[in-house]
Amino acid sequence: MSAPDMQMITETLVAKAEVRNLDFYYGDYRALKGISMPVYEHQVTALIGPSGCGKSTFLRCFNRMHDLYPGNRYDGQIVLQPDNADLLARDVDPIEVRMRIGMVFQKPNPFPKSIFENVAYGLRVRGETSRRRIEEKVEQALQDAALFEEVKSRLQEPAYNLSGGQQQRLCIARALATDPELLLFDEPTSALDPIATASIEELIHDLKTRVTILIVTHNMQQAARVSDFTAYMYLGEMIEYGVTDELFIKPKKKQTEDYITGRFG
Amino acid sequence: MDIRKDIQKRKRLDALFAVLGLLALMVGVLTFCALFAEMALNGMGRIDWSFFTSFPSRRAGEAGILSAWVGSTLVMLTTAFVAVPLGVAAGVYLEEYARRNWVTDLIEINITNLAGVPSIVYGLLALGLFVYQFGLGQSILSAGLTLALLILPVVIVATREAIRSIPQAIREGSYALGATKWQTVRHHILPYSSAGILTGIIIGMARAIGETAPIITIGALTFIAFLPPSPLQATPPFLSFEWLVSPFTVMPIQMFNWTSRPEAAFQVNAAAAGFVLVIMTLAMNGLAIWLRYRLRRNIKW
Repeated sequence: MSAPDMQMITETLVAKAEVRNLDFYYGDYRALKGISMPVYEHQVTALIGPSGCGKSTFLRCFNRMHDLYPGNRYDGQIVLQPDNADLLARDVDPIEVRMRIGMVFQKPNPFPKSIFENVAYGLRVRGETSRRRIEEKVEQALQDAALFEEVKSRLQEPAYNLSGGQQQRLCIARALATDPELLLFDEPTSALDPIATASIEELIHDLKTRVTILIVTHNMQQAARVSDFTAYMYLGEMIEYGVTDELFIKPKKKQTEDYITGRFG
Repeated sequence: MDIRKDIQKRKRLDALFAVLGLLALMVGVLTFCALFAEMALNGMGRIDWSFFTSFPSRRAGEAGILSAWVGSTLVMLTTAFVAVPLGVAAGVYLEEYARRNWVTDLIEINITNLAGVPSIVYGLLALGLFVYQFGLGQSILSAGLTLALLILPVVIVATREAIRSIPQAIREGSYALGATKWQTVRHHILPYSSAGILTGIIIGMARAIGETAPIITIGALTFIAFLPPSPLQATPPFLSFEWLVSPFTVMPIQMFNWTSRPEAAFQVNAAAAGFVLVIMTLAMNGLAIWLRYRLRRNIKW
């Protein structure tokens, strides 16, 4: 895409987060190499690339998931707006980061608790005790995740009675209940059938008016369908970043073209 | 035709192993059943209400196990109060908090080894430490602490295994919502592993209730015709812990005492007491199975 087009599209947009020269190491292994890119507010940004290219590793930097395991190291910055806070700074507590940034995982991972308690958990963690406020928030989150109608009569039932697609929407509701500024999706439909996948994709599309979304997907069609911006990664490097339509129709790099046309990957 | 022959040949080996396996199983099961049946046959006639409400006596027909079962119950209570919090906390720490390095490796190896230390060694340790050094005397407290040490490795290992069976995705789900480590442990790890932990605790307790050697080593009485002071009092503060420092005896020691008597009537008493002890152990194991079933019903990953 030509520079003026990109400029025209991004002119009215505000960056919710900016990745600046990010390196990530598992021990001595450098898994991410000098990644820089913006994540625009109220837009869906997709990360694509072949298995092992580091897209999930990159996503998990945003909520400091790597801090849970020893031997991991970040270098560079992820600056979250509006307060210009570097999420990777040493003095920033990962818990604070995770309270601002939600995450939905590859396989639905509801807690073995009731549907209600699953959605309420983020609020309980934050010390919310008002029964009325929790109920309001839970209902709103389930509405936003397009699940409320299906579960309203059985909120006290175990979450494991739900189908896979419903479980994943429950996990989305769980993440939404605490009003995250940025929502991370790590291949959210890879464990789901096509119908459930379609409903999650629709949901992602609808949610962007509420929250900024960053999604990892191994499915290029999915990236093309749901995202506004796409980044193509390969071997820990960001090969190309751009407006989704442009990147899929006329990629600038040969490598990107080979991948999206299926000649490679 | 050749294929069928080949399949039949291989299936014969299958059947052979099934028979061998069944035999191996029966050796253990039948031996236990025979021992248990003999004990039951010898002792059953002796078991009546007064057997449970009488103190030991020089006359076999009047002797009972009152002081023994009360002692066993109080010692078990003490053991549980000490071993459960310590064991569960240690297990949670090792699984969820400790960094993986050579110190934790060393601790791990030690815990596994401790589970294999002969119980008499715990008895000697307790005699030196609890009875003399700490001046706790030959009391229920000393015995409870000794057995707590003995089953601590069992509780720690059971806790760790129960915790390890929780998928990492559940932890990540909790952390991703901004939970602290303690919130994750308190709201997820402990509730979801409670079935496994409880089973471990009860199996540990079932082992402890039959332990004789360490209890004899610290000097439990073999003939005791009084009960420890009651924990409940009629006057404020209503609770008393005097029983902790009281002398005591336990079921296996009572049995041991009776089997060493020359009179045949006492052998019958011993068989009866043994029967009661086995029933107590079986009841504890049954409780473990039931609790595990109840608690696991609502937990699926």
